[in-house]
Amino acid sequence: MKNTMPKSEIMSVKIGAEAGQGVKSAGLMLAKLAIRSGYHIYNQIEYPSLIKGGHNVLQVNISKDEVTAPRRVNDILIALNQDTINKHFSEFSENSGLIFDSEAKIDTSKVPANVALLGVPFSKIAKESGNSDLLINTVALGAVTAVLGGNITILNNLIAEEFGSKGEEVVKVNVSAAEQGFKHITENYKKNLRAFLSPSDSVSNFVPYMAVDGNESVALGAISAGLQYTAIYPMSPISNILAVLAENQEKYGYIYKQPEDEISAINMAIGASYAGARAMTTTSGGGFCLMTEGYGLAGMTETPLVIIEGMRPGPATGLPTWSDQGDLQMILNAHQGDFPRIVLAAGDAKEAFELIMQAFNLADKYQTPVVLIIDKNICEHAQSFPLYDFSGYKIDRGKFSTEKIENYNRYGLSDDGISTRGIPGAGNFFVANSDEHDFEGYSSEDPELRIKMMEKRMKKLETCREQDMQKPHLYGPENADITIVSWGSNKGTILQALRELDSVNYVHINWLSPFPSEALTEMLSNSKYILNVECNYTGQMAKLINEKTDIKINENFLKYDGRQIYPEEIVELVNKLRSKK
Amino acid sequence: MTKMSDLQTPHFPDWCPGCGDLNIWGSFKNAAVQEGWDSSNTAIVAGIGCHGHIVNFIKINSFEGLHGRALPVATGIKMANNRLNTFVFTGDGDCFGEGGNHFIHACRRNHDLTVLIHDNSLYSLTTGQTSPLTAHGFKTKSTPQGNPDEPFNPVSLAIVSGATFVARAYSGDMPKLTEMIIEANKHKGLSIIDILQPCVTFNKVCTHGFYHENTYYLENEYDPSDKQKALERSFEFGEKKIPLGIFYKSDKPSYEDQIPENIK
Repeated sequence: MKNTMPKSEIMSVKIGAEAGQGVKSAGLMLAKLAIRSGYHIYNQIEYPSLIKGGHNVLQVNISKDEVTAPRRVNDILIALNQDTINKHFSEFSENSGLIFDSEAKIDTSKVPANVALLGVPFSKIAKESGNSDLLINTVALGAVTAVLGGNITILNNLIAEEFGSKGEEVVKVNVSAAEQGFKHITENYKKNLRAFLSPSDSVSNFVPYMAVDGNESVALGAISAGLQYTAIYPMSPISNILAVLAENQEKYGYIYKQPEDEISAINMAIGASYAGARAMTTTSGGGFCLMTEGYGLAGMTETPLVIIEGMRPGPATGLPTWSDQGDLQMILNAHQGDFPRIVLAAGDAKEAFELIMQAFNLADKYQTPVVLIIDKNICEHAQSFPLYDFSGYKIDRGKFSTEKIENYNRYGLSDDGISTRGIPGAGNFFVANSDEHDFEGYSSEDPELRIKMMEKRMKKLETCREQDMQKPHLYGPENADITIVSWGSNKGTILQALRELDSVNYVHINWLSPFPSEALTEMLSNSKYILNVECNYTGQMAKLINEKTDIKINENFLKYDGRQIYPEEIVELVNKLRSKK
Repeated sequence: MTKMSDLQTPHFPDWCPGCGDLNIWGSFKNAAVQEGWDSSNTAIVAGIGCHGHIVNFIKINSFEGLHGRALPVATGIKMANNRLNTFVFTGDGDCFGEGGNHFIHACRRNHDLTVLIHDNSLYSLTTGQTSPLTAHGFKTKSTPQGNPDEPFNPVSLAIVSGATFVARAYSGDMPKLTEMIIEANKHKGLSIIDILQPCVTFNKVCTHGFYHENTYYLENEYDPSDKQKALERSFEFGEKKIPLGIFYKSDKPSYEDQIPENIK
């Protein structure tokens, strides 16, 4: 079975510097330059947990086709310090170049002989342009634009947009720095110039794309879904969600509050939701531990709540700025007792945008917590997507009333397990009670009633299974020798690998509770060989599949070094499995 | 108009006969009738402990949250709907043990909430262990050799943490307590009333008799706007020397008053 997606040509540019030298903004600028020239991008950022010093790298992957993952090799390495060469000299591709500061004392002796050494006097140009080290980035951007055969006018326009608010002078010195970097390369390294990034022919009628990461997508999705209240305590990797939401609250009319801790965050959001607001909170694994008691409180009081969990490697503080998928079983099982929980997991930023909008409707419909799991790679890695479209989205508040209802019973029984939710202030009396309770919410320890209420709450999960649960997605050919099963940000890596592999397909699971057991069983019924891929030590998705189905997984690929899986690793693994078979 | 019968639920209080919770319950209902609080304008949040049962005995919309977490739930309610008159019932273990962090932050943020602390200086629902307000040396089930820890002073803590209405009451004086609840509720900003109440089952020292004997009201000429003075008086405690009344009151914008009009 031939794959439908062609092998694509990708140009990978890695920029390395100390934290604080602006690697992230330079990478985003290069990504935007590529997008405006008609290309797709995927930006991977790796950095330690500190603000100044340390080593930051950002890899911009550019392609005419959709690009969904980083690469293990670099075609161009931009070294703004010696450390970048020392740490990445073994990652050069076959036909690659090193852009570095020719004026600084940079040791290039470890760099392989076939790598083109493209020295540019970064600091000298920066000094001449505006006497500021902050301009070094811009010189490098000009230089790489020249090497890639890009258009300097597009870069200059981007600089004007980026620095316009800082005044004309700042724009002027940056444009000068970029132009001199560009000129230095064009004049001194003619034979190393490539024609990769020339504006694409279709650029004139190009659909507008944006470079967007998962954090921004979650914030945009929440706003699109009519968010009214959110309390979020800062934590890597989700802190930028709160930054975007805090900045835009007056514009879109919701409240963001920074609470004293995650316990307060979830309880505040529950309070706001009880009062009738569409409410959300967001955290990573450690914060979710603190939210665990509130998670079940929302379940017991039947209060709608959206929780975003952006995973990073644990346990404890773990690797705060790296990536992992070790929180799955915690989210599926945390809290004492049983309550209905809806758990979804996005595979990329666009899916996160779509799933969070759905999560708000599900939370309101089923009056229970809905968790959307993302991870560091989704949170912080920008990808090019067409502008998000939410025109088809309808806010659905479910069985919800702000009117006075005669003989109101907040927790009355119903066939689907869902009762009409009222709010305080409307004159309908009820108690939202963390104790087991009767139809009005008064505490009750009656065993018959306990059975009824437990069954009522859990019934909602069955209703959700029947009415809303989605099947896993199949990518690649219908029939294949090897079927990869995975979830979360591995999606992008696997889709990228699929371009290189024949007769391999991918089943992407994004509904975790309720779990689409029947659909998955059917989808995998003809699979010849099932390879489960995930980033944790114990194979938490494999455990879930084993618990919910009779599917036999043939092989597990588990990665837990805190690093994203590269498509090359999947390709090598598949080839190895084939040679063994 | 709220009538006393409107507040009645099918459940009669199950607190121990003589418990201070009964007085707090009665005083709150008296205040609700006087001020017209009902499910169309008011919400109640309670924590967990003996006090938390109160949600079953007052027919006003309520949320009984988790142990220690009444304040954040109430904060969320108030931010989402500033028109709701929001009360927090909390115990001394609830508020200063598990809820200690929420308490100091709610004070400094000055949310427009009325917080009634059922202060019996014990964990009573778990049958009488030491609480963060239990006196040094006091013998409880968890400190049979005598409590080695110093207690918080809830009034001083509220003042230094930034609450803008800080009072102490005694549950047995229901007319005064009713008056104080109404005054606290009229205040814009975080209002705290530390309500001294006996635990008739597990505390044989701080009885109704003890509080009758040892409390007095701050003088008429006492000026609650002086923060330094308020703090000084808050440390006064001892035989015949437990002051009751409003220690501190200041006019500052509440948290909710600072939320821009277009997103309220």
